[in-house]
Amino acid sequence: MSTDTFMNCIETIDLTVGYTNRHDGFNILLENLNLKLKAGELVCFMGQNGIGKSTLIRTLAGLQRPLSGTIKFNNLDSKTIKSSADGLPHHLAVVLTDRITAVNMTVSDVVSFGRYPYLGWAARLSTEDIQIIKETLKETRIEHLKDKKLHELSDGQIQMVMIARAVIQDTPIILLDEPTAHLDLNNRLEIMNLLRRLAHNYGKAILASTHELDLALQTADLIWLAGQDKKIITGIPEDLVLDGTFDFIFQFKGFDLKTGKVQHEPYRGLNIKIEGSGHEFLWTKNAFERKGFSITPEASQHTVAVRQTQGSLEWVLDDKINFRSLQQLFLSLESFV
Amino acid sequence: MKLTRYMHWAALSGLMLLLFILNLGLGSVSIPVSDILNILAGNEASNIIYADIIWNFRITKALTCVLAGSALSIGGLQMQTLFRNALAGPDVLGLSSGASLAVSLLLMGQAAGIRFFSDPNPWTIVIASSIGAGAVFLIVLFIARRLGDNTSLLIIGLMMGAATASLVSVLQFLSEAEDQQAYLLWTFGSLGSLSWSEIQILTLVLVLGALVGLLSVKALNAWLLGDNYARSLGVNVNRSRLFIILSTSILTGGVTAFCGPIAFVGLAVPHLTKLIIKTHNHRVLLPAVMLSGAILMLFCDIIAQLPGSKYVLPINAITALIGAPVVIWIVLKSKRISI
Repeated sequence: MSTDTFMNCIETIDLTVGYTNRHDGFNILLENLNLKLKAGELVCFMGQNGIGKSTLIRTLAGLQRPLSGTIKFNNLDSKTIKSSADGLPHHLAVVLTDRITAVNMTVSDVVSFGRYPYLGWAARLSTEDIQIIKETLKETRIEHLKDKKLHELSDGQIQMVMIARAVIQDTPIILLDEPTAHLDLNNRLEIMNLLRRLAHNYGKAILASTHELDLALQTADLIWLAGQDKKIITGIPEDLVLDGTFDFIFQFKGFDLKTGKVQHEPYRGLNIKIEGSGHEFLWTKNAFERKGFSITPEASQHTVAVRQTQGSLEWVLDDKINFRSLQQLFLSLESFV
Repeated sequence: MKLTRYMHWAALSGLMLLLFILNLGLGSVSIPVSDILNILAGNEASNIIYADIIWNFRITKALTCVLAGSALSIGGLQMQTLFRNALAGPDVLGLSSGASLAVSLLLMGQAAGIRFFSDPNPWTIVIASSIGAGAVFLIVLFIARRLGDNTSLLIIGLMMGAATASLVSVLQFLSEAEDQQAYLLWTFGSLGSLSWSEIQILTLVLVLGALVGLLSVKALNAWLLGDNYARSLGVNVNRSRLFIILSTSILTGGVTAFCGPIAFVGLAVPHLTKLIIKTHNHRVLLPAVMLSGAILMLFCDIIAQLPGSKYVLPINAITALIGAPVVIWIVLKSKRISI
């Protein structure tokens, strides 16, 4: 399915999402949303737990009714899509947080479900379907897993399989609910890179909700930030950092987003001057800040110089004592401070 | 891969045919195998009575085994997939319980001051059982339309089973020994005593149920990923759920009406089948469980006749006696049961 770059793949008009409650009517989570998800863009959807990220994704995916407002997919309204023969599964694929309980299925079994919207009642795969599955497994780099059972895979691998299944559905839009949750750094990176490739190389419109602030800031083309007043703020990551939107929404407790560091209290009341450059200087400075020292540029009570000698690192305290590691330095510093 | 699959089908079909003929050979009158084959081929047998026994008693019984085994196994497979629960069987919707309650009312109702027929006969039992299963089906249908999720449905099915069972025990407590025995005999299950016209109805039941099941192949498969993924793939889960309930109800209700509440076959056969034919595709699994169901039922019936003796044990005792160890063995062997 071809899509023009930057075409609106999803457009919401005054969309309100939430739940209907038997007792007091509506439980509105997010309201009056006018959002656009464009082809070729990776959007990270952020916000605190319980703010309605999953609800919005489920609503966009047609798994839940909107409380009010309309959603357009590829410039067609949802009623037109529903009445057409293809239906929403030809426009949009999802990766949910639901765990697959049928763990005896092979990876091939699971990903081939992606072709279901195109199959007849007997669910028989054509040679074309098999070709698409093969190519996608190669593209998502999980070809070697295809005969493995689900229960033999790691969490990261299962997530890759579920994303491959969505890609195999061959839709211009893919929505993912926390695809990187519970994964280690390498797996998180691999998944975000894959999503970026899908958006940039294949022109897909991709929306992924996530709690990984650092990763989202560095990979997303656009951020949707669900915050106060049931609204969603959108913008490119750097703008939202610099104008303080992130600080305002997340109310960071001791974390400075602009430097990307946790703030430390200089509780020792001791000033240290650090001499050196590059990574070595930065990590030494981090260590002293974490240990409660204040770092000053001018000469003060103590001076620590960090330098390379004969291929290894060395720290010199007050031009007198040499140390091979910061740990040793702190041990001796604490004994006489 | 393809070849081994054909071999599996050939082996299953061959086994069924073998057990079918073996089943014909067993009974209180011993008939030589050559005569059985002659009679099946339409030739004269050495004794004219043999033909009558084979055509009107043994074949109807063997056919009942095939039909009931197939029907219950489809029901079991569908319930296990729908509820994603390895312990589900065709009776989890409470249909057999409904049938049991209706039949117990018929046979023991006079104790409670209710009397429907002056003299209960096989046909009135069939009618009562159908009404009971049908009533439960309507209740389940009504609940399924109101509740979106399968687990609630499972719980309600089980609760209805418990409630009807307690009503039956109240009736048993009140009624006389003779009526109690009549009811008890019905619960043992019976594969014999079906006439050709009853076999025709049971065949119709199987064909209808299997067809509705085949139409739901896509939904059954997609359900393995869970409700939400199934819906995201364009499966109309509400309609499919009703179709699957309808199919299982036709199959279980039909079999229970004619053969009594036959336990365990529907639960065990899908697991046994998946041991041989390793697939999740219901397009393959549906015919496969039909064959395996027929095989297990024929086998249980052969055991029930206690070869070499004149006694016939109740079929329900045998199905559980054969089925339970087999399921335990599978669990121990694979450590994980696949749904």
